[in-house]
Amino acid sequence: MSTRVGTQPLDVHRIRTDFPILQRTVRDGKPLVYLDSAATSQKPASVIEALAGFYQTSNANIHRGIYELSEEASILYEEARAKVARFIGAARPEEVIFVRNTTEAINLVARTWGTANLQAGDVVVTTILEHHSNIVPWHQLAAERGIMVRFVDIDEAGRLRLDQLEGHLRTGSVKLVAVTHVSNALGTINPVSEIARLAHEAGALVLVDGAQSVPHLPVDVRRLGADFLAFSGHKMLGPFGIGVLWARYELLASLPPFLGGGGMIRTVTTEGFTPGDVPARLEAGTPSVADAVALGAAIDYLEPIGMAAIRQHEVALLAYALPRLEEIPGIRLYGPVGEDRSGVISFTLGDVHPHDVAAVLDLHGIAVRAGHHCTQPLMRRLGVVATTRASFYLYNWEADVDRLVEALHNARRVFGVAG
Amino acid sequence: MSDLYREHILDHYQHPRNYGTLDHPDRSFEDSNPLCGDRIRIDLKLSGDYIADIRFSGRGCAISQAAASILTEMVKGKSLEEVKALGAQDLLEELGVPISPARRKCALLSLKVLKAAAYGLNEWPS
Repeated sequence: MSTRVGTQPLDVHRIRTDFPILQRTVRDGKPLVYLDSAATSQKPASVIEALAGFYQTSNANIHRGIYELSEEASILYEEARAKVARFIGAARPEEVIFVRNTTEAINLVARTWGTANLQAGDVVVTTILEHHSNIVPWHQLAAERGIMVRFVDIDEAGRLRLDQLEGHLRTGSVKLVAVTHVSNALGTINPVSEIARLAHEAGALVLVDGAQSVPHLPVDVRRLGADFLAFSGHKMLGPFGIGVLWARYELLASLPPFLGGGGMIRTVTTEGFTPGDVPARLEAGTPSVADAVALGAAIDYLEPIGMAAIRQHEVALLAYALPRLEEIPGIRLYGPVGEDRSGVISFTLGDVHPHDVAAVLDLHGIAVRAGHHCTQPLMRRLGVVATTRASFYLYNWEADVDRLVEALHNARRVFGVAG
Repeated sequence: MSDLYREHILDHYQHPRNYGTLDHPDRSFEDSNPLCGDRIRIDLKLSGDYIADIRFSGRGCAISQAAASILTEMVKGKSLEEVKALGAQDLLEELGVPISPARRKCALLSLKVLKAAAYGLNEWPS
């Protein structure tokens, strides 16, 4: 793990004042306890101001507008790309493709790299931990092109069975390993560098779903070993509607175009078109310029705090929360315990349906998620229809955990859960 | 403690009425909400056009299970025509708690299953 010892603890009190929404109350005056950052993070005032500020002072469509506003907007958009590139250790800004979200980034890879490189009989290996966004695009290619999708299972603790991955790779048919860095349902931090090494030895490329890792841990693409990295802006303090696909420049340059339209071409005639260079080639149509700029502001907010410090903070919150949750009679916690665990806690309470648990927590002003978390294969593997999930970020503190524990004791009494 | 989980809802959830299955039901139907995993089966014993006996079984959230229990009490002894005429509002009023849009499917699953049984369906027409 890249968590460093000796990082400064976060000044959570100060951080919380940066997030206007944390000042509001819910359910008849109860302070908001927001424990659903794995679904989407809250936004600091600086990000909200960057978004509004773009529209107030710099709004124009980018590229080829021969006037000051358009030049300014183009510069802001490309500066945001450079910030993202620096944030993840990319070799150059052109390696960052702006998309809507992680799902679109993975679909882009499936539709461009996948259609150019995968034929009937080729295998894409994914895992039972994946979000549907890293399963369905491969199922779609299986239905259309006859590729095969193979899954790596987990052990009882919720860690990937690397022996199964090696077994798949030995067949020699694997062209891509598509794996999540951090499980959104269990919080498992997968050893992606090790997975990438194994995959590369077998001649397969590696796509990493970074939706739950880039916002929470130091992620450097030079150390990650992945060929593709996909993540979303809205889970890392940025706005909805902006996400990122990263790949090495040479790999991106080898991809056929994704969507066709404005911005992605060099020339268009009545007979056909020639595509432009990356990144424009993969960003057809007017992009979410303001959202990209606001994502840049989110990175400006995260960087001085430091991703190692944020990770350390979530490790400490997890260490505070897990023993207190374990004491609740009838609770069952899922996911591994150890250094390879992010600030995500999935649980069930007796045989109470997770929607009921979440509904009672909501009455206490606590926002959690309940359901299958877009991981139906994992839920089936765990033998549950759903779980309740609490997830942390830099603005959460021990008081949030205390409120959660207290409300769960109450839920247990409401539904008569025995120990 | 709350509007949603009032005592009568919890009572029906923890002590469901007419729970179980019938040995030789005249009508039986089962359905689920795959997204949340709620599942309800309803068996009917008919006497002419009237519901002589009714049982429900299944699992899921408190709202879906309490609603099913309440519904069985509402319709026992009623005619199939009366059941066919039941609307969502009839059951929601009987529940008597605020049902948010997200929980509406939970609250109404049993009514959907009962109506399918009343119409004599074995499965949803495709």
